Amino acid sequence: MIEIHDLHYRVGAAPILSDISLSLPEGSLTALIGPNGAGKSTLLRLMARLEPLQSGRITVEGLDLATTPTDAMARTLAIMGQQNSVASRLRVRELVGFGRWPHHQGRPRAADREAVEAAIDAFGLQPFAGRFLDELSGGQVQRAFLAMTFAQDTAWMLLDEPLNNLDVAHARALMARLAQLVQDTGRSVVAVVHEVNYAAAWADHVVAMKHGRIVAQGAAEAVLTEDLLSDLYDTPVEVSRHDGRPLVLHHHSHSRIADLSRGRLPDRARLS
Amino acid sequence: MPERASWQVIAGLTGLLVLSSLVWMFQGIGGGNRSFILTLRATKLAGLITVGASIAIATVLFQTVAANRVLTPSIMGFDALYLLLQTLLVASVGITGFAMLDPTLKFLAEIAVMVLLAGLLFGTLLGRGARDIPRTILTGVILGVLFRSISGFVSRILDPNAYAVVQSVSFASFGSINASLLLPGGLIAAGMIAAAFALSSRLDVLALGRTAAVSLGLRHRRMVLLTLALVAVLVSVSTALVGPVGFFGLLVAGLAHGAAASDRHAALLPIAGLIGALILVAGQTIFERAMSQPATLSVVVEFAGGLFFLYLLMKGRIR
Repeated sequence: MIEIHDLHYRVGAAPILSDISLSLPEGSLTALIGPNGAGKSTLLRLMARLEPLQSGRITVEGLDLATTPTDAMARTLAIMGQQNSVASRLRVRELVGFGRWPHHQGRPRAADREAVEAAIDAFGLQPFAGRFLDELSGGQVQRAFLAMTFAQDTAWMLLDEPLNNLDVAHARALMARLAQLVQDTGRSVVAVVHEVNYAAAWADHVVAMKHGRIVAQGAAEAVLTEDLLSDLYDTPVEVSRHDGRPLVLHHHSHSRIADLSRGRLPDRARLS
Repeated sequence: MPERASWQVIAGLTGLLVLSSLVWMFQGIGGGNRSFILTLRATKLAGLITVGASIAIATVLFQTVAANRVLTPSIMGFDALYLLLQTLLVASVGITGFAMLDPTLKFLAEIAVMVLLAGLLFGTLLGRGARDIPRTILTGVILGVLFRSISGFVSRILDPNAYAVVQSVSFASFGSINASLLLPGGLIAAGMIAAAFALSSRLDVLALGRTAAVSLGLRHRRMVLLTLALVAVLVSVSTALVGPVGFFGLLVAGLAHGAAASDRHAALLPIAGLIGALILVAGQTIFERAMSQPATLSVVVEFAGGLFFLYLLMKGRIR
């Protein structure tokens, strides 16, 4: 479990995060949602020890982030950032192989090589495994970095906007893959997600943030309500149900909900 | 461990370096004063190899930290700082005092000051939240200009003879290596290069960028400072031996990236070091023996490096 106690974070005089206390359940896919500037990425970066804690406490599986050596934490917590590019010219397999570095420190064994191949398979990278990263599209590079994070084989994976650079089909496939991964392996994933319907369709747990504070948290069905989302994004939204999950539509497209429910829109227009 | 293709490149470069060294040592050697000439040539050969490998490896390390293939340590003002120290020393103790300083002690003190200042500068910058490398580098560029301006100002108030001493250490010359510093410089450079090889796996992780490096458990800030300290020492050694060089490192690092099968440091570092040493040994052999122009290599190398810089810009290979 990740537990956050009384976290505050400022940049200069400006408060970025205020009074954050949170318990993230293990074995689940947690989505951090909220408008731009809500503090989602900052919270994730603090959990990922990419920013120094100013006040408060974060523990991951009982390990205190402030006192646990970073190499020990790397076997518990993996992070994927927003901007994923490297100056080095690496092949996909080499990049994914770095995910095993916390386990072998530069001397890979057979088990490490097997884990790398499993990660490559898991994210559908086998056709590109021997290619250099600069020969791939942005979405393929994104998947390669995700595979590296997966290969790290940690209890927790923190993903900052993992759907960047992915088209709708790949974004859906990735969210479905992450949800499956959580179900199959019991690992825990925390992802910053901008498109709220991806959270609605696949997240087990949702944390909604605004102005650096937690507005709501809980099961997706409980958090993704019309009132809360309209207030969260300062824009009216409708929440419908689709396949037993919430389906969020902007208010101006309200008339299309009826069309959608009557099956008048083509399949490609359906959101999930 | 380097891939097979990289091993082949390393073996080929080693062969070429050995061949160039043999030509340098034994080409045109006469009967008289054979041992004197061989000693003189061996000293210079050791200096060329030390300088070539030091600049090459310092540049590769620096580019790893900066995550940019167009930057060199001289851009960060490392050699400008070294020259400022020399200028201030001449200005404060005079020509006679400067000449009477124990060269080895002076050299070691200069290295210590370089590492200390680099540590203070980058340690302060990195510790105060300017963890982004571009801002750190921009600060280095500005400080380089400041160091050169102070050197220029102090030079103007020196007497002409003292000014000539400062000028003599302000320009690179591969033909006149400071032999008195070769042994300590060579030993220190060898130690730093060995340390860089030992860190090659960590350098690979560092090259992935801060987020990935932290995720993988690397102590990023400590690794950046350690790498910059290695760069400071290697630049000090090469600048003390032959003077400041700007584009040579860029040329060598670019060629090494092209020659290596991948950018893994276990392959990149030896390949860069060998290419750096090979260019200087083969180049100095050609210019000194075939063309009787011992002082020309630095100009040609800097010119070729400048052209390579333009090539990188035009090809958009700068990342």
